[in-house]
Amino acid sequence: MTMSPNSPAPAALELRGVAKSFGAVVALASADLRLEMNSIHALVGENGAGKSTLVKIVAGLYQRDAGDFLLRGESVDFTSTAQAKAAGIAVIYQEPTLFPDLSVTENIFMGRQPTDRYGRIDRRAMKAEASQIFERLAVHMDLDRPAEGLSIADQQLIEIAKAISLDARVLIMDEPTAALSGVEVDRLFAVARSLRDEGRGIVFISHRFDEVFALSDTITVMRDGRYISTDAITDVTEDEIVRRMVGRDITELFPKEEAVIGDVLLQVDDISSTGVFSNVSFSVRSGEIVALAGLVGAGRSEIARAVFGVDGYDSGTVTLGGRRVPRHNPAAAMTLGLALVPEDRRKQGLILESSVARNATLSIRTKLSRFGFITSRAENAAARIWATRLQVKSSALDTLAGTLSGGNQQKVVLGKWLATEPTVLIIDEPTRGIDVGTKAEVHRLLSDLAGRGLGILMISSELPEVLGMADRVLVVREGRITAEIARADATAESVMFAATHAEEPVR
Amino acid sequence: MTLTSTERPPTNAVARLTGQFFRSRETGILAALVIVIAVTTIVNPTFLFSSDGFRDLLLTPSILILIAVGQAMVIITRSVDLSVGSVVGLTAYLAGRLFIDVPGIPIIAVFLIAVAGGALLGLVNGLLVAYGKVPALVITLGTLYAYRGINVLWTGSNRINSSDMPKAFLGLGTQTLLFIPSLTIIALVVVLAAGWYLRNKRGGRELYAIGSDPDAAELYGLRVPRRIVTAFVLSGALAGLAGILFAARYGTTNSQTGTGLELQAVGAAVIGGVAIFGGSGTVYGAAIGAVLLLTINRALPILGIQDFWQQAVVGALIIGAIVLDRLLALRLSRKLTSERQVSHD
Repeated sequence: MTMSPNSPAPAALELRGVAKSFGAVVALASADLRLEMNSIHALVGENGAGKSTLVKIVAGLYQRDAGDFLLRGESVDFTSTAQAKAAGIAVIYQEPTLFPDLSVTENIFMGRQPTDRYGRIDRRAMKAEASQIFERLAVHMDLDRPAEGLSIADQQLIEIAKAISLDARVLIMDEPTAALSGVEVDRLFAVARSLRDEGRGIVFISHRFDEVFALSDTITVMRDGRYISTDAITDVTEDEIVRRMVGRDITELFPKEEAVIGDVLLQVDDISSTGVFSNVSFSVRSGEIVALAGLVGAGRSEIARAVFGVDGYDSGTVTLGGRRVPRHNPAAAMTLGLALVPEDRRKQGLILESSVARNATLSIRTKLSRFGFITSRAENAAARIWATRLQVKSSALDTLAGTLSGGNQQKVVLGKWLATEPTVLIIDEPTRGIDVGTKAEVHRLLSDLAGRGLGILMISSELPEVLGMADRVLVVREGRITAEIARADATAESVMFAATHAEEPVR
Repeated sequence: MTLTSTERPPTNAVARLTGQFFRSRETGILAALVIVIAVTTIVNPTFLFSSDGFRDLLLTPSILILIAVGQAMVIITRSVDLSVGSVVGLTAYLAGRLFIDVPGIPIIAVFLIAVAGGALLGLVNGLLVAYGKVPALVITLGTLYAYRGINVLWTGSNRINSSDMPKAFLGLGTQTLLFIPSLTIIALVVVLAAGWYLRNKRGGRELYAIGSDPDAAELYGLRVPRRIVTAFVLSGALAGLAGILFAARYGTTNSQTGTGLELQAVGAAVIGGVAIFGGSGTVYGAAIGAVLLLTINRALPILGIQDFWQQAVVGALIIGAIVLDRLLALRLSRKLTSERQVSHD
């Protein structure tokens, strides 16, 4: 740090013991962060460690439940993003929101355009200031073109230009490099360094350790909504940071029972989809649970959706039990014996306004119908089979699905898909938003299904779940499978390392 | 008709401006209008070259221009105002009633009351859309019927005739100034003022921003509800102005006055290049769209096209305009994307 140690100047931004809960879910238990002026401060942690919540509190989007929030030594309470902005805080999101129809210049100044004394927008002054800012950033940008069609990197630069024109003293970059190419990352870093040297404080959130170590001065680790440590970047190693990020006891909460591993059921050969994932190959055997691990946004769900046929892909093949699964055709995939339990069960898996029975039988409606009609007797009979087998805790089958708890909703969705008698089940984040007790139940269920010879492809962001349940772990990083780890070798460190670390130089 | 070029004074960058002129969306509509007028005039020279012909060409679309300008401002914010036809009906009747019930009332006072009345009806729309968070399509469809209902309740089977209104007032509807109808002059002033506001004032630019991406507008800290209310109030006020001018021009108003105008206004805006999902387009385009729409209506009978086809031609024009916009947008977005790739390689 460039500040003299004997003048304890107030930090640009300081959080102490900040907490935030949403209902019963604790997003932040106790977060600390001390950002100095003239410094780039990395904030790292696993998915769900609470980084995003922290950013949203600083940005004024959420209000904290407890703790101190100081800006240049003074306590602040933001109730809107406008207040945070006025106080000099700018947030650059992974995917900026701009006005596609308006020019680059207008996007920078919208709402606070310079005006002449008649209240008329002074376009010349506006453009001059914009070009001055981009000159300072040493970036070439066509100021008159609309924002539509700009790359994410350029859109981020517009956000940065906006922050500069606001004279923001604190910049928060939330995974800004996730969608950038190597050259763009270099350019962004050059800009970030020059902003730091102008006396601003920058919080840099990233999952790429090479970048974190290349750019930052200080690093703070968070885990499970808590502050873990802060160090000067030169005092720590990558291994230490990874250990702190995952460092918790992996309880034997999620034991998969031994099952007979049989023949290959699902075979994915070299499928690619431009810009989403590339050269993905793997197989799932009967009785096996294969986990797709990796960071949020690595492309896991996209791979699953492509395999099932919800999305198309450009090349490669998918076969199920030796038969080709046609591209982009979920109905055919279902007929062949594939099932997909989506990540967002409330939106993609359930009709919340319908009864449990109707939801559970949704996927077999043609099978249940006679001459095009379905009797509620047939519907209830079919639903009851699964409700009992999955132990759905719902007093009646006509309960509305929306009123069930997360765990029971998940069981209904599972029941719906199991009713189609699939041979391979793809399940995306099986226990997201489900309380600990029910989690174990869902896991027991999956284990049981594998025991009956089903092949299961499980996507999970929760390391303990991956390590406890999976026979094999496939680690996805930036749209590629970067590692395949057998159950015996899978540890929190090995999975996390593969998920965050580039073995080859970035693109 | 050089609406687009009067937008800004010529500068030393004349070449750039002419380039812009030939590329702009409004130019295409203007060209279509010129072609329609030219062809019709060749078939029947009185269409343009008679004192009545020239006057009708300008006079007929004037009232629709006013509504189309208001409609364009609302559509730019990604809303729509379907109640304008009913507002025209109500304010036209209001104007007539005032002349009957308040003998000797100054004409200017009636104008102000009608415009204020229209603005008030627009305010109701705006508040419901901006704060009730109900889509404008639903709200203004509701107020379309509600306002018309009030009109029917109030008017009954009454009809206000020209004998009920002062001569000076009726004169406004037909008189000309230097061969240009006064209605057209009013419409022109409104178009230029609205165009200036949308281009040069923060409030105007924010209407585009809100229509371009409402979520981004929130994140930018723009006062989104207030701006949406403003757009609806302006649309209502212009419909009020159109209402009183309707009374002056036709000298008669009843409970069905203005029916169907709302769809013509939406059509005019869309034909004129105002994107139906907001964020782009100009009031100049909407105004030219209004002229084109009504001129075609008058030209088709002269060209010997049957009644039956006239509606179809208008429909084809609207669909054609939307398809054209879509194609242009796709081309532009492809061009912008490829430019980016070139500059990064």
